[in-house]
Amino acid sequence: MEGFLAACVVAGVPLLFATVGALITEKVGNSNLGVEGMMLMGAVMAYVTAMATKNPFLTVVVAAVAGAAGALIYAILTITFKSNQIVTGLTLTIFGTGFAKFVGQPFLGKAVPSEVTNFFVKKSIPVLGDIPFLGPVFFRQDVYVYLSYIVVIVAAIYMYKTRWGTNLKAVGENTAAADASGINITLYKYVHVLIGGALSGLGGAYLSIVRIPLWQEDVVNGRGWIAVALVIFVAWNPIKAFFGSILFGGLSIAGMRLQVLGVGISQYLFDMIPYIATILIVILSTHKKRKESQPPADLSNNYFREER
Amino acid sequence: MQRQIAIEMRNITKSFGDKKANENVNLQVYAGEVHALLGENGAGKTTLMNMLSGIYTPDEGEIYINGEKVVFHSPADSIKLGIGMIHQHFKLIDVMTAKENVIIGQKTSFFTKGKALSQEIKTLSDKYGLDIDPDKKVYEMSVGEKQTLEIIKVLYRGAKILILDEPTAVLTPQEIQKLFKVINNMKAQGCAIVIITHKLNEVMEISDRVTVLRKGQSVETVITKESSIPSLIESMVGKKMNLAITREKVQKGLPILKLDGVTVKNADGKEMLSNASFDLSRYEILGVAGVANSGQKELCEVIAGLVKADKGRIYFEDENIVGKTPRDIIKLGIRMGFIPEDRLGMGLVGGMDIVHNIVLKDYQNQPGILLRRGPCIEKAKKIVDALDILTPSINTPVKKLSGGNIQKVLLGREIDSAPKVLITAYPVRGLDIGASHKIYDLLNEQKKAGVGVLFVGEDLDVLMELCDRIMVLCHGEITGIVDPEKVTKEDIGLLMTGQKIGEEAAV
Amino acid sequence: MNIRVTKRADMPKKQEYIVRIIAVLLSIVFAGLILLAFGLNPIKIFVTIIKGSIGSKIRLQQTVIRCIPLLITSLGIMVAFKMKFWNIGAEGQITMGALGATWVALHLPETLPAPVMLGAMMLAAVLCGGFWAFIPAIFKAKMGTNETIFTLMMNYIAIKFVTYLQYGPWMDPNAGGFPRIAKFPQNAVLPSLFGANIGWVFGLIFVVLVFFFMNYTKKGYEIAVIGESVETARYAGMNIGRIIIVATFISGGLCGIVGMIQASAIEKTLTSTIAAGYGFTAIIPAWLSRLNAVSNLFICIAFAMLIQGGNYLQVSIGVSSAVASIVQGVILFFVLGSEFFLQYKVSFGNKSGHSKEVA
Repeated sequence: MEGFLAACVVAGVPLLFATVGALITEKVGNSNLGVEGMMLMGAVMAYVTAMATKNPFLTVVVAAVAGAAGALIYAILTITFKSNQIVTGLTLTIFGTGFAKFVGQPFLGKAVPSEVTNFFVKKSIPVLGDIPFLGPVFFRQDVYVYLSYIVVIVAAIYMYKTRWGTNLKAVGENTAAADASGINITLYKYVHVLIGGALSGLGGAYLSIVRIPLWQEDVVNGRGWIAVALVIFVAWNPIKAFFGSILFGGLSIAGMRLQVLGVGISQYLFDMIPYIATILIVILSTHKKRKESQPPADLSNNYFREER
Repeated sequence: MQRQIAIEMRNITKSFGDKKANENVNLQVYAGEVHALLGENGAGKTTLMNMLSGIYTPDEGEIYINGEKVVFHSPADSIKLGIGMIHQHFKLIDVMTAKENVIIGQKTSFFTKGKALSQEIKTLSDKYGLDIDPDKKVYEMSVGEKQTLEIIKVLYRGAKILILDEPTAVLTPQEIQKLFKVINNMKAQGCAIVIITHKLNEVMEISDRVTVLRKGQSVETVITKESSIPSLIESMVGKKMNLAITREKVQKGLPILKLDGVTVKNADGKEMLSNASFDLSRYEILGVAGVANSGQKELCEVIAGLVKADKGRIYFEDENIVGKTPRDIIKLGIRMGFIPEDRLGMGLVGGMDIVHNIVLKDYQNQPGILLRRGPCIEKAKKIVDALDILTPSINTPVKKLSGGNIQKVLLGREIDSAPKVLITAYPVRGLDIGASHKIYDLLNEQKKAGVGVLFVGEDLDVLMELCDRIMVLCHGEITGIVDPEKVTKEDIGLLMTGQKIGEEAAV
Repeated sequence: MNIRVTKRADMPKKQEYIVRIIAVLLSIVFAGLILLAFGLNPIKIFVTIIKGSIGSKIRLQQTVIRCIPLLITSLGIMVAFKMKFWNIGAEGQITMGALGATWVALHLPETLPAPVMLGAMMLAAVLCGGFWAFIPAIFKAKMGTNETIFTLMMNYIAIKFVTYLQYGPWMDPNAGGFPRIAKFPQNAVLPSLFGANIGWVFGLIFVVLVFFFMNYTKKGYEIAVIGESVETARYAGMNIGRIIIVATFISGGLCGIVGMIQASAIEKTLTSTIAAGYGFTAIIPAWLSRLNAVSNLFICIAFAMLIQGGNYLQVSIGVSSAVASIVQGVILFFVLGSEFFLQYKVSFGNKSGHSKEVA
């Protein structure tokens, strides 16, 4: 059981990065459907960096930069040029998919060098790793997983306890009011959209560097879209995103596990579960009544100050 | 005595597209004075003040604050110089608490400190005689509370220059008096206060000086005491004008619409309209007064069949129309016109032209699956002519027209179907005086033709002059139906806040 | 010096075209720079793409074949988008359409006349594709459920389901254990006309039908009104739920037909990758055409050239066909960005307030 839960945590890591990234982006009022594309960009650039430099730090940094670069395209178009957010996000996904396919093609099926994979082997955290149950599940993982914990904690403190976090939420809820209150809208939007992209990139890179350390074109395989849906499920809350990701990570590996256990149902049917669950979430979230669980009120609305 | 000039705006010009909203406007405001900015809707008052608060950038002209020339690149620049603006449509974050709204955009400590902030807000509100709960969410606040919060927000930033855009529009007469006290309080502390309004009696009551804007230009600045209402009207409208609204005397007819115990709940199960019973007769205009969101919207929509009544009956002539959709109502041959509050968001399709907006009401009665525009083109031409609608053509998207013309398209379409009942929600909101009077005339014409008109209004003066009876709503309940000739504005103000008035006024 | 952005009054049509053309030209230049950065010769790439798409009769036919699914899918998407129903589930609707057609093809007798067989397949495809769009639509109509994620997830479910069939109940017993579904009988294969499958004729017919539907019918008008303002539609007494359902059914049905065409004419069987990304790519021409069926036709032809040219790159000079998707993305980025200049005016001014308009 502990082993399965630990595997759920691992399977949830890419979702967690991407979900936290997407929820920060949405909190600032932008809905970016390019998550899948940014994850792929992060995945492929991290992979190429790992192949070229064999440097794990650089690999992670490049993953974030690649994701942020994808987000930058989106940011310029939607924030500065006020283009339709949905279409721009979709285009980013199409672009990112093509980009990853193109850049990764020469490497298809080649493994990540051991200098990098060795860095990401599972290491128990002293003391914490010895806690019964929680230790094996959460604290005998690789450093990339620990990085995701840090991201969640920092994001939660930032959003709920700091002035910037309050401002960030104000921008997404009522951009005009935030602007009139003296918040630099453009800056806030750019910064948080880029942070969102960087986190997506990190999520994608986990798949190509740690999870299955070799290049395959469909590494991300719809996880970006699940992350977009998870944002609704977790009601834009990074702490809930932590648990939501583990749940969905678990669902995504349940099919294979049950197959191994000899359950006589096709793995392909089980593979549908995360997608069906996502739909259920979207349906259920329609019924949430609490104002605080609703999407940011100005989500997807581009802002022009001199609008009349 | 040499007084310090707090604000000086010189030769300000601002265009939107082809339209000049401000042209060579000049304004001087002293510290320690209440300065009224008077003008009709569309005269450019808000545009001018938005430039002072950094929201718009002037095309030409200069702004001086306390004698220093300034250029604002954003609202933040304006806030830094101690300018605070309270917008007509409040700029608050609904899901946040009062105190969160106060600190957003402020450069205080990195981490938010809840308790200390609450204390600060308490101290500040006490100083000015304001009352607010720092932990209350904005969406739970009444309009009055929201305005108080806006004022506190501005004071917290240490503003010495205050701009209030139509602050009285949403308040009861009693709340207005309270607000004026606060304004005088701030004036005594040396603040410069600009109050945007189109209500002349308020100008006379609160301001020291008044600057009049007309069609985007500044006409004159006068000392209030040395001025008079008729002369202010003349400079506001550009000609001598009698602002009185006529109430056509006609014999009241038989009831045509009757509500019996109608209750409407919103999606959260909260009663928005409670047990409403009244009737509307032919040949009358029944006014509806009340502070914003007292159930006016639900009242209109339940009659028009747009929302379901949870309880009660609505009789149109003798037919109970509760539970009928607008489509059913049309099919029953019930002729009812509805001018909703949100013209472009509900009554019209902004991106479509006049013809296609006329089609909206007609197409369902057309046979077959094809859309027939022909008859509507004729109708569009007729309405444009009859109501003097200013438009480049009948093929111009309606959102490109001015507010008054948009309203005429909507009203024209609704009147064209020869309704027996006409429901109008805030039909003159945002319209200039000429256009407003045109609308009042049209409503009076309808009344004379035997239509029962329901007029939801916000300006009590207008309601008192135009309507035959006034029904007052408070928190979704009808607190009284009165004869405007027998009551005062203050009486209606009391009813608006749920208090009782003497029996003799009721009708 | 500071930059100022203001809303502009209406732009004349002519100027609008100029802005768009400049955007496309710039995007090609920029795509060229990206190719350069990858160490490729952009001129050679572009020339190869053009040669690969119209350079010979066979390649031209290939371009037409690729244009068919793109065109019909984007027409379908358009109907939903006009209502601001963001149907990004075309991929799944295509797959389900193909599934429906396949069931018919494999279950009706091989002796059936081809037109009857094909008609039945098309009907099944419309029903299945429409049904796949109907599921999210009914939730949208009744509960206001967000359709973006819903339609998207339906893609994956459809693909996984077909994978399941391919590996399970529908696996061809005569394939020697190879996981594939049986080939269609001859009467279930769409005939060709001028070297390309007859789907292109359907495509042209649908262009006319969709254009007519959107502009000249009551339903088309209702869809447009809902797209502009749901509140206005409610005010006018429209049955919003029903209109959403009808429009999305049409949208999904058209996508379903694409599945039938691809399964019948191209693969001659059902595979889990039958939609091949057309469901996503088709969003681009639908949007670029501003939801106009006729302009959409031309944009789809251009995109089909890019796709076919991209594939030709792979076979002729060994450059990944993914280059074409990068170029597509870049073009759309630029066109999306250019919309800004249609609505806003940018001027550079000095402090004294005198400004000079530049765009």
